[in-house]
Amino acid sequence: MKRFAYDFERPLVQLETKLDEMKRLESAEKEDIAADICYLEEQIQKLRMRTYSKLTTWQKVQLARHPDRPKMVDYIEAIFTDFIELHGDRAFKDDSSITGGFARLDDEKVMILGHQKGRNTKENIAWNFGMPNPEGYRKAIRIMRLADKFGLPLITFVDTPGAHPGIGAEERGQAVAIAESIMELSQLKVPVIVSVIGEGGSGGALAIGFGDRIIMLENSYYSVITPEGCASILWDGEVSAERAAEVLGLTADKLLELGLVDTIVKEPLGGAHHAPALVARNLKKEIVSALDELKAVGKESLADKRYEKLRSIGHYAEPIKTLTK
Amino acid sequence: MPIGDWFKKEQKDDAQSAEKRAVPDGVWEKCPGCNEALFIKELERNHMVCSKCDYHFPISAQQRIDNLTDHGSFEELWAEMHSEDPLHFIGVKAYTMSLDKAKKTTGLQDAAVCGRALIDGRRVVLGVIDFKFIGGSMGAVVGEKITRTIELATAEEIPVITVSSSGGARMQEGMISLMQMAKTSAAVARHSAAGLPYISVMANPTTGGVTASFATLADIIIAEPRALIGFAGPRVIEQTIKQKLPKDFQTAEFNLQHGQIDMIVDRANMKRTISRIIDYMGS
Ligand SMILES: [Zn+2]
Repeated sequence: MKRFAYDFERPLVQLETKLDEMKRLESAEKEDIAADICYLEEQIQKLRMRTYSKLTTWQKVQLARHPDRPKMVDYIEAIFTDFIELHGDRAFKDDSSITGGFARLDDEKVMILGHQKGRNTKENIAWNFGMPNPEGYRKAIRIMRLADKFGLPLITFVDTPGAHPGIGAEERGQAVAIAESIMELSQLKVPVIVSVIGEGGSGGALAIGFGDRIIMLENSYYSVITPEGCASILWDGEVSAERAAEVLGLTADKLLELGLVDTIVKEPLGGAHHAPALVARNLKKEIVSALDELKAVGKESLADKRYEKLRSIGHYAEPIKTLTK
Repeated sequence: MPIGDWFKKEQKDDAQSAEKRAVPDGVWEKCPGCNEALFIKELERNHMVCSKCDYHFPISAQQRIDNLTDHGSFEELWAEMHSEDPLHFIGVKAYTMSLDKAKKTTGLQDAAVCGRALIDGRRVVLGVIDFKFIGGSMGAVVGEKITRTIELATAEEIPVITVSSSGGARMQEGMISLMQMAKTSAAVARHSAAGLPYISVMANPTTGGVTASFATLADIIIAEPRALIGFAGPRVIEQTIKQKLPKDFQTAEFNLQHGQIDMIVDRANMKRTISRIIDYMGS
């Protein structure tokens, strides 16, 4: 089977393919090549370190978009049990680029909500590549309100290139749907835990993308605009998205440094798809520990604490004289 | 004008400014709407609206404040707040250079001008965004000032009014800008929960992170005629769907037809309309 690989991964994949061939030969007992295999495995290990241990920002963006990267559906299966999916915005349609519903996190009853990217072309077409229309955000608002009403902590998963840009989306109020979803999140009286698992594309991500705790997978990104969009606006398309990604400060470590996210979950060399079960286990650990902390906060002060957290996102300068007003 | 066009225009303006200076101060201004040459004095008397075709010329935050509030009543707050360039952002040019240039052209420290004012004798808090300052984009300063504007109105139990013309979140401050959408929206939620009025006016253009946050969360949304209002920029949509957009797509009229705004109001009637609406909203 031919594996998907970005340019920077290709030399490694070539070696790995070669190793597979040699192993097939050996198992057919055609040749005694155990020593060669051993040598090749060592080389592969070295190359893997070289390829993945110092990823550029752009390479991280690529890994965040990797087709084999675990998706919302994978995390639902790996982290939760007894998922009951809910559908529809009660106004226009069911937008499957956002999914959510009741689930159990160990013994804890919770509500989950997330962008749905597909694991293959068929799913991606059905789920619009995780790019919601207004009805997706209105479904999200319904799910948030249910969580609030029944006292269920809200666990969200962010993975979208952005909200869908289209004629119908504008006609049905893409802007206000996102705005209302953001406003709803700010008011919830239940704990809100966000996990950025792949792409955090702009307002379409933010609509379900802030809360009491924001966890990011190491190779996910969260950005005010896609690197492609930034490149075309700020440089008039004259530089690559690669360069734009560098200046946008969109990686997990940079956002942690800026105090905009709370925790980073490490990924294996090469990205989450190289050990999905391990990543899901570590992500679950962070979600559970965040939830334990937040349950200790009184129900009445959760929204206030969330507001204070938002209020502290500043990074501006102000001369003293205006402060005294 | 979406933010991409603003950047293009700014670069063009740089090239043309030398040429412009050679022409003495004009008495006439050509209307982009109908190509008519308009007498500037008369245009100013008419709130910078073409008397022939109703084209609304872009105006500064100060002109909007003059247009909406009782004479001499505006008391500006937090005027000195300015950006710290948190990402040390360098695009085609350094963000600090864009900031310096915008400060020079507008006389402002950032895109939002906020303060207390009276409208027909009634106390309000007003926040206005000036498109001339980096496309009216929202970074940490605009987000903080709009939030404080809303919070002040909540604390004093009076109406809040915002006037937007913005390309959206400011790219040069990255995720800090995106988070301003959440901050301002959360402030609106608290103001609304206190039972207090919020009126949002959207001028040409209001798009992206500003329409997807505080600007569309008001009790009443008013647009200026023909203003471009939407989430995604028209060019992005065209490139994505690979088909021509309808002729009036994302205009104020289109938004009214699709139920996204309450009304379209001429600049000349804006103050009176806001005043009449607030009167129904108590206090
Ligand atoms: Zn005209």
